[in-house]
Amino acid sequence: MSDAFGNPQTILVLGGSSEIGLAITAKLASRTRSIALVGRSQEKLEQSATHLRSKGAPEISTVIADAADASTAAGAVEAGLKALGGSVDLVLVAVGLLGDQEHDENDAGAAAELVAVNYAWPSAALSALRPSLITQGHGLVVHLSSVAAVRVRRANYLYGASKAGMDDFALGFGDGLDGSGVKVMTIRPGFVSTKMTAGRKAGPFSTTADKVAADVVAALPSSPRILYSPGILRYIFGILRHLPLSLWRKIPG
Amino acid sequence: MHSRQRVRMHGWGMTQAITAELLAANAADDLPAILAEAKHGAIARGLGRSYGDPAQLAGGLAISLLGAGRQIDLDPTTGLVTVGGGVSLDALISAALPLGWFVPVTPGTRQVTVGGAIAFDVHGKNHHADGSFANHVRSITLATPTGIHELSPESQPELFWATAGGMGLTGIITSALVQMIPVNSSVIAVDTDRYPNLDAVMAAMVEGDDRYRYSVAWVDCMRSGASMGRAILTRGEHVDDAAAAVKIPKSSRISVPFKPPSGLLNRLSITAFNEAWFRVAPSHAEGEIHELGAFFHPLDGLAHWNRLYGPRGFVQWQCAVPDQAGEVIATAIKRLSERKVPSFLGVLKRFGPGNAGLLSFPMAGWTLALDLPVGPSALPEVLDELDELVVAAGGRIYLAKDSRLSPRHLRAMHPRLDEFLKIKASVDPRGVLRSDLSVRLGITSAMP
Repeated sequence: MSDAFGNPQTILVLGGSSEIGLAITAKLASRTRSIALVGRSQEKLEQSATHLRSKGAPEISTVIADAADASTAAGAVEAGLKALGGSVDLVLVAVGLLGDQEHDENDAGAAAELVAVNYAWPSAALSALRPSLITQGHGLVVHLSSVAAVRVRRANYLYGASKAGMDDFALGFGDGLDGSGVKVMTIRPGFVSTKMTAGRKAGPFSTTADKVAADVVAALPSSPRILYSPGILRYIFGILRHLPLSLWRKIPG
Repeated sequence: MHSRQRVRMHGWGMTQAITAELLAANAADDLPAILAEAKHGAIARGLGRSYGDPAQLAGGLAISLLGAGRQIDLDPTTGLVTVGGGVSLDALISAALPLGWFVPVTPGTRQVTVGGAIAFDVHGKNHHADGSFANHVRSITLATPTGIHELSPESQPELFWATAGGMGLTGIITSALVQMIPVNSSVIAVDTDRYPNLDAVMAAMVEGDDRYRYSVAWVDCMRSGASMGRAILTRGEHVDDAAAAVKIPKSSRISVPFKPPSGLLNRLSITAFNEAWFRVAPSHAEGEIHELGAFFHPLDGLAHWNRLYGPRGFVQWQCAVPDQAGEVIATAIKRLSERKVPSFLGVLKRFGPGNAGLLSFPMAGWTLALDLPVGPSALPEVLDELDELVVAAGGRIYLAKDSRLSPRHLRAMHPRLDEFLKIKASVDPRGVLRSDLSVRLGITSAMP
C-alpha cells in the first residue's frame, strides 16, 4: 500500500533497463518492499538491480520477456505480479525503442518493431494487468510517453506515431479505470539526454532522466492524468498542436 | 438484509483514496460468518476520522455499523452505559448529558464511534487525570471470524487489551459497557494563559496541570527563534451547577462545501490566522465559562474542515515521548520551521501513565500533534527524521493519525507487537482482519 506521499511499497517496472524508468525507481527504492523488473536482457536487468540495491531496495526480482513479441506480455505481467506478492502499488510502463528514422523509414521490419515495442507490447501488458488492478482497488500506473506523441513530425514519425498510439491507449485505459481506485498518469517528457538519444541533437527545453524522475516523484501524491516534464512544455505543445499544418511542417527535425 | 456497495474511501487527511466494498451491517447480521467468508480481507469502518488508512482495505471489505441501530442503554444511577459499537460519541453525549453523565474521555471531535474510540484507545485533554478511553470500558462484545466474544479486563485480559488500541485487527466491536463520569452542568470553567514560547508553556504545564482535570496547549508552529512555539494554554474543570439549564452540543450547520483547488491554507494565511488567534486569546483569564462543545470539540463547528487543505490533502504526525525527552518536542517544531515545512495546527498535551493495551499509544510524558499539508518537498524526509528522534527517545507515533511511517520503526515503537500478533492469530487464524495501514506497516500481510 502506498503512503500518503504516494511512495509505493511494490513496483512493477515494464522495461527494467529504461534509464528514465530506473531513475524513477531509484528515487523510490529505499521505501519499497519489493520490485519486479521486466526486460529482455538478463544482464541489463542485473545491472539495474545492482543499482537499485545500492539505493536501498530490499528485494528485487527479474522477469525476462522480449517486448518485440506482444504474446509474451501476459505471462511477463503475471510473473511480475506473483513475484511482488499478488498486488502492486506502482506500475511503470517504460518499454521503448527510439529507432532511427533515416535508417528505418524504408524498412518494414524496423517499422513493425517500433510499433511492437512501443505500442503492441505495453498495451497487451496493461490489458493483462487490468483485472488484477480492478480487484486490488488501488494503485498507480505511470506511463512514460513523450512530447513526440502529441503531434507527429516528419523527422521522427515512426517513433512518434507508435508513441502516439500508446499515449492514447494509456489515456483511455485510465478513463476506463475510473471509479476502480486505480489511477493512470501519463508523462510526456521533452527531449531527454539518455543512452537512447545519445548522439542526437538536443531539442530546446531538453532535460535529463534524473529531472524527469524528480518531476514524476513530486507528482505522485496528486498523480495528474497528464504531466509534462519540464512543465513548460504543456503550454508550448498546447500551442504547437494547433499550429496550421503548413507551419508545423516547417519546424526543423 | 445488509447492503454491499463498491465505494471510494479514504481517511480524514484525504490521501490514499482506494476502492473497497462497503458493507452497511445491521444488528441481525451474522458478523463472524461474514468475516469468515471475506475472501479479500475485512476491517471495520466507523466515521472515518482517522487521518490515514487504518479504516479501509483496498479491494477488500469495509464493515460499517453506523446503521446498526442506536443502542444506548444508560443506567442513570450508576452511569454505566451499554452502547453499540457504531454509535457516535456525539449521540452518546446527547443522550447522557440530560441525565447528568458525560463521556470519561473525548478526543477533539465527537464524530468518532465508540468502536473506534476503543480500537484506537483515544485520549483527550484529561489523560494525565483520567487515562484513555479503554480505561473506562468494563466489557466489549467482539465479533471475530471464529465467533462472538464477551471480553472484560478480568475475564479475558489478553484479548481485551489486544482489542483496546488494536485498530480493529482482532475483530469488530459490536457493543461495549462504558463507565461514564457524573457531571452537574454542560459547561466548563476555563483558565487561559498565553506563553511567549515553547519552553514557557511546557514549564507551566509541568507545574500546574495536576491542578486541573483538563489541559491542552495550542502551539503556533509558524514562529522561529525566541517566539518559537508560542502557545495558548487552556485548562478547566466541569462546573458544578445543577440548577443551570443543560445545553447539548449541536452538530454544526456550517460546512466547507468543496475542496478549494489549491487549498486555502498556506504559509501566508496560516501565519496571519495564528497571529490573530494568539492576539485574540486573553493573556490571562480565570474561570471563564465555556460550553462543552466549544471547549472539547472546536473543529466540530465547521463540518468537512479537512477540505480546506485542498486536493493534495494533509497528514497528521503525533508523537508521544517520555517526560525526560521533552526536548524532542522543541526539536520537532524547530526542524519543521528550519526546513520550511509548515504545520498549521500544533497541539501539546501531557500524558499520564499508559494502560495495558498492547498497541496503545499514550505513555507518561508529552504528546505533540501536528497538521501538515502535503506539498513541501522536504516534508517526507523531515518526518522520517522526526521519527528517528522519537524512536531514539523511547517514544512512539500514534497510528490513528499515521499515513507515512516507515515499517522499520514499528517494533521499536510498539515492543509488544509480537504478543499482539499471537493473540490476534488465536481469534483470526487466517488473517482475515487487516487494513491498508496494517499491510503498509507490515503488521499483517497483503493477501490471505
